[in-house]
Amino acid sequence: MYAQMVDTGTKRLKTLEEMSPEERDFQEKIDAETKIEAKNWMPDAYRKTLVRQISQHAHSEIVGMLPEGNWVTRAPTLKRKLQLMAKIQDEAGHGLYLYSAMETLGADRDEEIQKLHDGKAKYSSIFNYPTLNWADMGAVGWLVDGAAIVNQVVLQRTSYGPYSRAMVRICKEESFHQRQGYQILLDMMREGTQEQKDMVQDAINRLWWPALMMFGPHDDESPNSQQSMVWKIKRKSNDELRQMFIDQTIPQLEFLGCTVPDPDLKWNEERGHYDFGEINWKEFYDVLKGNGPCNHERISTRRKAIDEGAWVREAAVAYAAKQKQRAAKAA
Amino acid sequence: MSEWVLYEVFVRSKHGLNHKHVGSVHAADNEMAMENARELYTRRSEGVSIWVVPSATITASASDEKEALFDPSEDKVYRHASFYKLPDEVGHM
Repeated sequence: MYAQMVDTGTKRLKTLEEMSPEERDFQEKIDAETKIEAKNWMPDAYRKTLVRQISQHAHSEIVGMLPEGNWVTRAPTLKRKLQLMAKIQDEAGHGLYLYSAMETLGADRDEEIQKLHDGKAKYSSIFNYPTLNWADMGAVGWLVDGAAIVNQVVLQRTSYGPYSRAMVRICKEESFHQRQGYQILLDMMREGTQEQKDMVQDAINRLWWPALMMFGPHDDESPNSQQSMVWKIKRKSNDELRQMFIDQTIPQLEFLGCTVPDPDLKWNEERGHYDFGEINWKEFYDVLKGNGPCNHERISTRRKAIDEGAWVREAAVAYAAKQKQRAAKAA
Repeated sequence: MSEWVLYEVFVRSKHGLNHKHVGSVHAADNEMAMENARELYTRRSEGVSIWVVPSATITASASDEKEALFDPSEDKVYRHASFYKLPDEVGHM
């Protein structure tokens, strides 16, 4: 999931009887699957939660460009380089769709980005891991975008209209990302040298657990989930989504001829799902706190991009003002 | 970026169809809004024509006016063709 542990600011769910008439009206709309739009009345906590979740999601898209940017100049062929650049441009686009959706709630884009750069806003833990070899580009597309798709397909039905529509647009583009990633790995496994095949397995070994962490803590450790589900901001729980991802990914893994670093992974006939081992939650919380392998590097790269691009933005404003003046004079 | 203007973007997906709202962009001027909209919303031939409109210039109906604006049409069923029942012998009309 691209948004992890989003705070809803509520301690306990209200019953319909406890709600004000406005709140009840709002909740009944949600229960009836009517989308909430920007101008509709909404509880303050719903608005704040959405701003947190959508901005976090947007930041993840933007920071998510960085691990891949590492490989643009190192892609093995021109074809792979073009594909990678198209994917990275899509991620920028996804970030912008989401910032737009967030702005409909009255939030300011610059302020939210500033929070990210000050270390006050979260983004997905997955992007704090390094991309060390070319197979990582394949594994990121296949596993990371794959995990994001599982989450985002469900979010197309989220209760807030602008967020839901951004998700529809994003989902259309994501499947290209996942396929291109899987194909990179498939090519390496089918036609590669032993060394290249080892790179694929190495990439999967390093990224498997962080990909599972993307879905966030267990349901009973996820204090905000319940409210988010009632508001239908979230539609499925963290554990449900994680299980869906594992179930659909393992057959693809086996087709590649690779394994995951989990001795407890096995098909459970009775449940009709894969069983799997326990995630290292200490690592998850450490990364969220800012102590992952790349947290510092990611944020400083973002800050540098904003600072060094300042003159371009200023020039654009100056040029627009000059054009306006000229047009006024000519008239 | 705060000095940049927020624009709403409308795209005509095919000749013969209406422009449809797809989202928004920030830009310093109209030309830049057009370029940004093109990069953001039509990377995969999603459209044949784009409109960009400064968001501040749009007047929208308020959600609390919904009843005043739209309810009066609810009780005018005679405005729909299906209100007028014709004998089968008349055939399709």
